[in-house]
Amino acid sequence: MGKVFGAVAGVGAVGALYAMKKSWDPLPSVKAAGFTTIDLSAAEPNKLMVEKWRGKPIFVLKKTPEMVAKQSAEQTARDIVVNGDSFLICIGLCTHLGCIPAYREAKLDFKCACHGGEFDSSGIETKAPPPSPMEIPPFNVKGNTVVLGEEGEAYRKMKEAGVLA
Amino acid sequence: MAHFTKATSVHDWLNQRLAIDTLQRVLSKEYWIPKNINFLWAMGMVLAFTFGILLVSGIFLLMYYQPNVDTAFDSVNYTIMREVDFGWLWRHVHAVAASVVFLIIYIHMLTGIYYGSYKKGREMIWISGMLLFVAFSAEAFSGYMLPWGQMSYWAGMVITNLFSLGSLEFNGLVEWIRGDYVPGQAFLDRFFMLHVLLIPLAILGVIGLHFGALRIPHVNNQDGEEFDFDEEAAKYKAGNKKESKVIAFANDFLSKDMFVVSIYLIFFFYLVFWHFGFAMDPINFDPADGLKTPPHIYPEWYFLWSYEILRPFPKDPGLVAFGFAQVIFFLLPWFDRSPNAVPASRRGLFFFWFWAMVVDLIILTAMGKLPPVGVYSLIGEVAAYGFIALWVILPFITRNEKRV
Repeated sequence: MGKVFGAVAGVGAVGALYAMKKSWDPLPSVKAAGFTTIDLSAAEPNKLMVEKWRGKPIFVLKKTPEMVAKQSAEQTARDIVVNGDSFLICIGLCTHLGCIPAYREAKLDFKCACHGGEFDSSGIETKAPPPSPMEIPPFNVKGNTVVLGEEGEAYRKMKEAGVLA
Repeated sequence: MAHFTKATSVHDWLNQRLAIDTLQRVLSKEYWIPKNINFLWAMGMVLAFTFGILLVSGIFLLMYYQPNVDTAFDSVNYTIMREVDFGWLWRHVHAVAASVVFLIIYIHMLTGIYYGSYKKGREMIWISGMLLFVAFSAEAFSGYMLPWGQMSYWAGMVITNLFSLGSLEFNGLVEWIRGDYVPGQAFLDRFFMLHVLLIPLAILGVIGLHFGALRIPHVNNQDGEEFDFDEEAAKYKAGNKKESKVIAFANDFLSKDMFVVSIYLIFFFYLVFWHFGFAMDPINFDPADGLKTPPHIYPEWYFLWSYEILRPFPKDPGLVAFGFAQVIFFLLPWFDRSPNAVPASRRGLFFFWFWAMVVDLIILTAMGKLPPVGVYSLIGEVAAYGFIALWVILPFITRNEKRV
């Protein structure tokens, strides 16, 4: 009798927990709104453009030729090239605790005032506490625009090269 | 069914059905309290009172608050503050009580530590008390989200990001907690539910456990004197009240409790009417904006010490240190190896440990509020290491303590 009761209660508990877990998942409408198209023709060199994707700020930074020339291989690997111009496109949230770093045009870097973290113009962390570079979202280059949320060929190549890890 | 007779009075009618005489005897008239305790032992009653104030003011706020990302900010800052008659009163009472309740909790905790009231036999009182601290912290955090201002939003962002557990990158867990990629409608709704229903229910349950845990070991006293409560109670009941070391909770000790509560309420309403601003953050009077971070994110004063333990370290060690700070107080009854349940002033090295801990917590609190630059960052880091070091040495300095 005890075993039967236990089995029935166990099945019920698992079912209830599964339903509770699923009801807290993001809604389909939230997941579906996950694509954004950004027109890059308006971007000016060394001026930070902030867009929005999945409620998060997206940093778009068009690099000047001098910036590109001075870059290390690690930095260049994170560039997204559209029509011959190099861009940094990343989620503008500090990888420490998710604050928004500010871009300093003169110093060509990002500073997060909250906990003192710094990133270079390729979004790579240069000063702790952030543990990793700012994240590059899934993207697909289409002409002069880039679609966020879609995994294009350039994105897959970056992923294979281990740039995104 | 029990045998019922024709009632001789309303009291008798109720007594036959609910045994109110027995209840009164067990809960108040023959609930024994040591005579030798000071005003610090009234903090439990002060807390119970403050919780009642939070409950009542919360119910009035609930009648006009709207848990919607578009209307929440205005429902608090316009409707409740300007339109609802006395809405400002409920808000200020609620906000001040939410802040002051932590002040009293800390006094209550430190009193317990100073007098050794967590020691052998009283571990469950300590653990249930710490559970209440955690529940109150969750209650305060979820409530802080509801006005949906800038600090609400970014505090929500930062604290939920902690659940990615650093380099483990559990981003799916964070999105599951939020119900969205960022704090949004789903987030606000579920924190609203937690704040007004689930956590208060848990708090009520744990308060019951906390009170129940007192029954068998009884309340400690100012000298840490061990005496036989049954024997002392017998003296009291025989009319030997002067020689007895205990008094009844009601109405004897309750009158002292209520005196302290009265003084406290004068202080409390002084804050509500003249200094309510300390419980409000100026940044939270800007509506939430997911594309703009406030220059400096910090929690309310009562979380600053644990926030400062998180902050000076790199991400993963910071999280470990933060986790350590959250759970370590639970283990106090086992870290303190001394058999003495007496005031810290009679325990030698432990006396210095206690005050070092108090000073360290104050330094952490002060540094947590300041921006993490230069010398403040360094002082904060030293104090964070100091906190951990104090816990590491506690078993060693208490192990050889002489029995008093």
